[in-house]
Amino acid sequence: MQRRLKLGVLFSRVRVEEKWIFGAMEKRGIDYDRLDDRAIHFDLNDAAPWQQYDAVLERSISYNSGLYALRLLNAFGVPTVNTASVAEICGDKLMTSAALARDGVPQPHNATAFTPEAALEAIEAFGYPVVLKPVVGSWGRLLAKVNDRDAAEAVLEHKSTLGSVQHSVFYIQEYIEKPGRDIRAIVIGERVLTAMYRKSEHWITNTARGGEGELCPITSEIEDLCLRAAKSVGGGVLAVDLVEHPEKGLVVNEINHTMEFHTMQPVSGIDIAGEIVEYVVSVAKSSDQ
Amino acid sequence: MSTVTCPECEAQIELEAGTEVGEIIVCSDCGVDLEVTALDPAAIQLAPMEQEDWGE
Repeated sequence: MQRRLKLGVLFSRVRVEEKWIFGAMEKRGIDYDRLDDRAIHFDLNDAAPWQQYDAVLERSISYNSGLYALRLLNAFGVPTVNTASVAEICGDKLMTSAALARDGVPQPHNATAFTPEAALEAIEAFGYPVVLKPVVGSWGRLLAKVNDRDAAEAVLEHKSTLGSVQHSVFYIQEYIEKPGRDIRAIVIGERVLTAMYRKSEHWITNTARGGEGELCPITSEIEDLCLRAAKSVGGGVLAVDLVEHPEKGLVVNEINHTMEFHTMQPVSGIDIAGEIVEYVVSVAKSSDQ
Repeated sequence: MSTVTCPECEAQIELEAGTEVGEIIVCSDCGVDLEVTALDPAAIQLAPMEQEDWGE
């Protein structure tokens, strides 16, 4: 008789996405545990409690907690969605850019520097405006559009003085005059599941910042670009954010490895949570063989 | 239906059917974020403040 699969879902908060995921697990009669990342602890000499899981889906809000949990789980031989390697790359904008550059996937012009002086030099070489982003962070927080040298000097000084050491890794990106929207596509495995325009009058179009969603047809260009981007960072369950660049065409802006889809699921009418659960089951089954 | 008291403003909040432990609700009176910590009996506490590495 075939052994029943056992899954884990690592989470920090039960957002609507987690409610949908738990619901999709229960609808399929899947045996799973809810693993609150604030309550769990790992004994590094005892992997057995974790090795009961055929796969663990990581949905932590905290990048650090999620990443270290994934590293430990992978070290224990537990398959995860996504893998620690994917989280390492996607959770860090500089790592993502490096992977995309390595694979020739179109992206905005980016640069990085480690001191305010060197960052200023890089910014001046770009010309204004530019965007400064924290390498780790999300929901459109702490992005700065820098319009001139005075603003650049101020933002760089503030970041290096007030920010954590991570804010002294200066990630500089060309400012893209986009048509009031960007595109988010959900990629699961080898498939682009759905795509959505995120519209906003503000230059930050993140729906966490009030951007509105509208269904975007998946053209062959979008499909190809998203699959190349997903492959570049290691694949899995990903949200690929694209921007329509006035000269370069579609470029990959960032890739999220624990994406939110509370706007996307109702807009697309697709059961994204169910698709994620099916993918986790397939990962668990392939590891079980 | 369970009723809880907001620790910030003491408003009475009714938890909707289908509420889960770990879910964040917003106090309709004072707007503070609250985390549901138990359902039977229902309990809430102030939700943790957003951290720098939080996101998707």
